[in-house]
Amino acid sequence: MSGQSQPARSRLAPEPVPRRDLLGMAAWSAFFGSLLFASIGMLRLPKAAVVASRSKKFRISLPRSLSAGEAYVPPGRNVAVFQDAGGVYAISLVCTHLGCIVKPGPQGFECPCHGSHFGPDGSVLGGPAPRGLPWRAVSMDGNDLIIDDDATVPPGTKVKA
Amino acid sequence: MSTTHGDRTALRDLWNNLRAAPRRIAAAAFRTGAPVTDRARSSFVFGNVFLHIHPVRTHRWSLRWTTTLGLGVAAAAAFIITLVTGVLLMFYYKPYPDVAYHSIKDIHYVVPTGRFIRNLHRWAANVMVIAVLAHMARVFYTAAYRPPREFNWLIGLALLVVTLALSFTGYLLPWDQLAYWAITIGANIAQSPRELTDALGITHVFDPGGFLRELLLGSDTVGEEALIRFYVLHVMILPLALLALLAVHFWRIRKDGGLARPADADQRLGNAAGISPVFTAGPVKTYHLAAVVEGRTPAVGQGPENTVPSMPHLFIAECAVLMLTVFICLALSLVSDAPLKELANPNVPENPAKAPWYFLGLQELVSYSALAGGMIVPGIVVLGLGLIPFLDREHAGSGTWFGGPGGGRLVLGSAVFGLAAVLAVEAFAIRFGWLRQWYAHMPQPVITAINPGTVIALIYAVYSLRVVKHYASARAGAVALFTCFVCGFVVLTVIGVHFRGPNWAFYWSPAEWPGH
Repeated sequence: MSGQSQPARSRLAPEPVPRRDLLGMAAWSAFFGSLLFASIGMLRLPKAAVVASRSKKFRISLPRSLSAGEAYVPPGRNVAVFQDAGGVYAISLVCTHLGCIVKPGPQGFECPCHGSHFGPDGSVLGGPAPRGLPWRAVSMDGNDLIIDDDATVPPGTKVKA
Repeated sequence: MSTTHGDRTALRDLWNNLRAAPRRIAAAAFRTGAPVTDRARSSFVFGNVFLHIHPVRTHRWSLRWTTTLGLGVAAAAAFIITLVTGVLLMFYYKPYPDVAYHSIKDIHYVVPTGRFIRNLHRWAANVMVIAVLAHMARVFYTAAYRPPREFNWLIGLALLVVTLALSFTGYLLPWDQLAYWAITIGANIAQSPRELTDALGITHVFDPGGFLRELLLGSDTVGEEALIRFYVLHVMILPLALLALLAVHFWRIRKDGGLARPADADQRLGNAAGISPVFTAGPVKTYHLAAVVEGRTPAVGQGPENTVPSMPHLFIAECAVLMLTVFICLALSLVSDAPLKELANPNVPENPAKAPWYFLGLQELVSYSALAGGMIVPGIVVLGLGLIPFLDREHAGSGTWFGGPGGGRLVLGSAVFGLAAVLAVEAFAIRFGWLRQWYAHMPQPVITAINPGTVIALIYAVYSLRVVKHYASARAGAVALFTCFVCGFVVLTVIGVHFRGPNWAFYWSPAEWPGH
């Protein structure tokens, strides 16, 4: 930056950084530094802090007429509730392949989207599904059942009604 | 102005100026007069902000209709139609669940000309996807991606991805059954890396699938957050990205020396008969015979490098393609209405739930493995397409259809092989099922690695490597691979569109679907 021609300096005594260059570099680094800092902070913007969906925990009472192994799907929920001699259990109806809602039937569950099928215990028998249907936590509250569609329990977990 | 004549002169001047105003406004806007000379034609192009993205002169090879088939211009024209109709639809569309569905219904049944505008938007989007794909095939088969045009090939690839993303995000907006379940499937494809992380038991520490899905949906289900995200992407972020890429794409055509043409284009074109005069109206130079030479005479009466003024030759061609594209979109919109199914129901999936037709080839692959069909195979295809100009550093056949070693016969042979391979693998998988049907406890990573999608891709890759060896040419291998993938795309798309019914089962015709 300095205007006059300087005598050649040795490697051991380099030209000091001129004051304006220093100020300029400081300004640029402050500018880009703060921009970078702010941008990294803003990367969190698209990540939902609170998931806007209704509670996955709900209360039901099983219909009296439910026979052993017959599926009861509470209205508006994607869980099938069963009752047999071992007790009550709930199996998620969301296909582990791509999230379609499987249809419970006497031979297990069928997925309409890509043809996955699952056994009566939710284990995968065919199609593209990578895993069996997860079992959901069931608990008793008086005469009612509490189903938690967010809590997975090991397959075979049944609750005595 | 002298003071002795007083106010009258000033008033007369004012009157004359007022009368001259329209002429002067026109002259101020268009600095040159009517473009009757080549010089005026040139300045007509470079003096206009909207036209100056064109070259002033265009090579005659670029104007042959078989050079490009007008596909790039058709894609751009279709984009302009979607832009105009899309902005009009925004006046009535409300991006909120259920309300969105009713606003689309209003557009369809209540808003004056609303149905037509929506049809036009939908058909132009389809035409755009077809034109973009065909345009890419044209550039590939004429080897127009070669240096110095490699970067523009990459920009074009990015434009293809943005075009498909625009279609996909637009698909959710009507909030009907079709939209809801197509997006549910799409979002779960984004989550499909869990196929591997679950099998390895590391999902709780490393979950790229869950992260991607949540980024896309802003929630754990397709709901209001997902709708507003897709809306913002569809009407703002992706169109702006597309416009920016398009500007670079167009600009680079000029900066890369116009369209690719064969080295002997001038000889093949012959003399410039029947085109507008070039340079001046009358000759200002005379020539005399200085020597008798063999070969062609000097290019008397022709522009440099066998070019013609873009105004009007290039613009006439572009306007013709624009008109044809508009006509096709208008005709389709009059004949066929954009579909609208029932209101989205998160508890009952559409059966069969089908994505837009150009994604149904992928959906067919996804029906064997979500990760392989939805991410790995498409990822390899995009990566492979991007690498083509950097692997093929040859020169033979640039700018001619099916140029390079092998030529049209190689394309035909590869098409036969590609069709046979995809049909054989699909027929086998449809008839006998796949690993999970035979061994229910097969570990998922094995199925992710070995499924019809990866098997077809592998067969194609091996075939094209053999072609590379046989012709000792990377270009020949690229032609074989590209042709195979085109065949695979077409066959899988047809299977997905026509031969898949409820539960994604195979039916010879939709008429055989069980009633529902």
